[in-house]
Amino acid sequence: MNRVRRGFYADSVALMRISRALNAIDGVLEASLMIGTPSNRALLEGSGLLDVEGAKAQADDLIIAIRAVDTVSATAALSESEARLSGGAQASADAGMTTVRSMRAALEIMPDANLAVISVPGEFAAAEARAALARGLHVMMFSDNVTVEDEIALKQFAISRGLLMMGPDCGTALIAGAPVAFANVVPRGDVGLIAASGTGLQEVSTLLARNGRGVSHGIGVGGRDLKEAVGGLMTMAAFDALEADPATRHIVIISKPPAAAVTARIVARASACKKPVTLCLLGAPSMQLPKHVTHAATLSAAVQVVLGRALDDAGAPALATRSGWLRGLFCGGTLCSEAQIVLAELGLADVQSNVPVPGASHVDRPQGAAHTMIDLGDDDYTRGRPHPMIEPDLRNELLLQVLAAADTAAVMIDLVIGYGAHADPAGLIVNALRSVGSSDVPIIASVTGTDADPQNFRVQVERLRAAGVIVAGSNAQAARLAAQCVRL
Amino acid sequence: MSNHQSPEQPSLSAIQQLLSATPRVINIGLSSFAQEMAAQQISVVQVDWRPPAGGQRQLAELLARLAAYETQIAEANAQALKRMLDAAPVLVDVQPAGQVIPGLGERVILHAGPPITWDRMCGPMQGAVAGAIVFEGWAPDLAAATKLAANGGVAFHPNHHFDAVGPMTGMTTRSMPVMIVENRTFGNRAFCMINEGLGKVMRFGANDAEVVDRLHWLADSFGPALGAALRAAGGLDLIPLISRGLAMGDEMHQRNVACSALVLRALAPHFARVVSDGEALAKMLAFIAGNEQFFLNIGMAMGKSIADPARGIAGSTMVTAMCRNGTDFGVRLSGTGDVWFTAPVEMPQGLYFPGYTEADANPDMGDSAIMETIGVGAFAMAAAPAVVGFIGAGGASDALGFTRAMSEITLARNPKWTIPALDFEGVPTGIDVRRVVETGIQPAINTGIAHRQPGVGQVGAGVSRAPLACFEQGLKAFALTLGVQS
Repeated sequence: MNRVRRGFYADSVALMRISRALNAIDGVLEASLMIGTPSNRALLEGSGLLDVEGAKAQADDLIIAIRAVDTVSATAALSESEARLSGGAQASADAGMTTVRSMRAALEIMPDANLAVISVPGEFAAAEARAALARGLHVMMFSDNVTVEDEIALKQFAISRGLLMMGPDCGTALIAGAPVAFANVVPRGDVGLIAASGTGLQEVSTLLARNGRGVSHGIGVGGRDLKEAVGGLMTMAAFDALEADPATRHIVIISKPPAAAVTARIVARASACKKPVTLCLLGAPSMQLPKHVTHAATLSAAVQVVLGRALDDAGAPALATRSGWLRGLFCGGTLCSEAQIVLAELGLADVQSNVPVPGASHVDRPQGAAHTMIDLGDDDYTRGRPHPMIEPDLRNELLLQVLAAADTAAVMIDLVIGYGAHADPAGLIVNALRSVGSSDVPIIASVTGTDADPQNFRVQVERLRAAGVIVAGSNAQAARLAAQCVRL
Repeated sequence: MSNHQSPEQPSLSAIQQLLSATPRVINIGLSSFAQEMAAQQISVVQVDWRPPAGGQRQLAELLARLAAYETQIAEANAQALKRMLDAAPVLVDVQPAGQVIPGLGERVILHAGPPITWDRMCGPMQGAVAGAIVFEGWAPDLAAATKLAANGGVAFHPNHHFDAVGPMTGMTTRSMPVMIVENRTFGNRAFCMINEGLGKVMRFGANDAEVVDRLHWLADSFGPALGAALRAAGGLDLIPLISRGLAMGDEMHQRNVACSALVLRALAPHFARVVSDGEALAKMLAFIAGNEQFFLNIGMAMGKSIADPARGIAGSTMVTAMCRNGTDFGVRLSGTGDVWFTAPVEMPQGLYFPGYTEADANPDMGDSAIMETIGVGAFAMAAAPAVVGFIGAGGASDALGFTRAMSEITLARNPKWTIPALDFEGVPTGIDVRRVVETGIQPAINTGIAHRQPGVGQVGAGVSRAPLACFEQGLKAFALTLGVQS
């Protein structure tokens, strides 16, 4: 049954949280709350949840779609959804921040605003960003599904106005010590980060923090900035800013391997920089560089370059070799890449991924006769549901599946905490594991975070360890431990 | 679109500036981001984002194309707004409508709202028409009057086409006494019938002998006396009167307690001078004192006199009239001349007097939305928290919310009319059709609710909303004036 609320808008994450709660109601087979855009209607139709009423919904309507065993359960789900929808409004009002309906009204209240954080649906995001830039605001765009043409135009416009255009698809920034969106609480320091990857920035900033080093700024540029078409426009602008920034003494660039031409440009820029630069271009081959520029193939290697010493692997348990394959289930795409690189460096052949690094081959699902490193934040897994960093439910389902599979040698997982992330990802995993009882398959985890994060790194680690999960000091170390399980 | 302009900065320094201190954030979209920033003491304003133009791609694209004309539109709007804000309306006189409104002759009836034919008029409107015909003596009784109207024996025109306005049904005929407001800045005049009082009155469609008798008294006794008193007083300056009314808790549409009292206070000595019979004088003063909405019609004539000079400015997206006839809602824009953009009126949301329910209510009606057009009424709700409960809109903090929401669709704040509860910010003034379409925020209108049957009168009060369709049509027509196709 479908119920349509006309002229209602809520962000999809909020709606999906409600959907999840409805799915937990007895007798509810499937429930989904979605804004009635054509693409959402198609999604609902595809899952057999759209009826005649829902089909009439428009982009400013909310569709509440419920399939239940009987009318009583459906009605219960419906009233629960109503209660939660109104409760959400209450909570937002209680938070005490001013809420308006337009950027113009927001600027009247805060005329000296200097950063617009944009997380609206992709088809509308470019227009909002353009308006923000035109008003002299720097932009951080979390939205994805923005065309590369729009991205280039926005970044060129930003540069012409001397502004930062972080994103699209930029979820993480640390501006003058302030964590914005998906970011961790790290001390301020002298390391300036420029990242095309949000989780990469989080892993490097938290590893630095846990080893006593602080961050001046972390500037996200979006996953496509270093692609040929965009050509590193914002990476270069951020580079200029950090080179001129008195608080920054060491610059780290974090990205998947860029196109060759872009790599050459980055290397040339880094070579001309007066400050030490670490190029963490994950999986890129080694290259000729001047003395003050260092290449690091992994996130943890980049941290070691900055620290000038190796990260401490002491205290790691020795793991027995087992038959079968490694199953990596990642929330962080860059952590998934890093794991593949580490496994390859250790000589493991047969590494497959849905986001393969150079040298790895492609696979969609965590199964088959190969080590599979799956990024659950990839579009294929996130279509129509929140990112697993926000809502790790999907990962927990897959975790139970791979634990039950006979050919699983060990499981690798990453927990990313900090602002924006789930309130207790370790708790969810512990609950999931409790439901299956004991398993002899080792689970090797890393936690990206700090003790100052709202979830508290130490609490999360202890919670996992108490449930028998092996917790490594970094994602790279988790990969090395996992490799022990399958080394011949 | 915004008056906010950051100073031009050389490339590096704008970014360096951002990096030099904790950012000040406008968060557009996911409210959880804003909540987490607020929890970290990062200054943040949340934009509760909706798809522009309610997700209607064609309109959203039209808005985007119009952005190319921003400078031209902004200049035109500044001019239209200045004309509104520079107004100096003075209530000067009362005269029979036929003597001061050109073209208002025999068998012509002016009504509220955009143009409408007899067959489409709602019950109260038809009832009021019959009563007005009997009052003018064009038919001997209501039955004959109804027949006359139905057979095309009278001509119907909107008040707005004759420099006039009228509340609810808005009947204006030649013998009715109209109050005259003169806008001394621009020399134009506007007219509105005297408010008949509460209860069974023609503006709510009542038409029996009591109603018609009262009209005769207003035309023959009260109107001339009020006119004489005003002439003796040298007119009543309305801008400062409204300022005081706002400070005293009126919003000048649903609540006119203070302004009505201020008028009585100002005019009582002059009434005493021009009316020699003590009993007649007492009756007149009691009539004003007994009607807390007495000022509404004065305010409406004032509103019309303020809005009219802003009409017809090429390139302006400002709304110059909003009105309803019980069937259609009509909107005029400065840049599109005298065209009406109409859509079916909505039902007001509100509270009903005991014994009545929404089933008894007539759809939204009256020219009184001229008050919101010039920035008072629902737009000034923050000044009148007492109204909020009465019209079912919620608590006192909701009153502030109404005014703030309306400021998102208006061009400016009126510095002459300020609201104490908003730290003496001005009332939001000058509705911009682009912002209405973009945000989907419908202008709110404080209104009385008439019974759907003629002759019963007022059954409640509430808030109605101007239909978005009027503004969407208006935006498209406006774009065409600039050569932009939708």
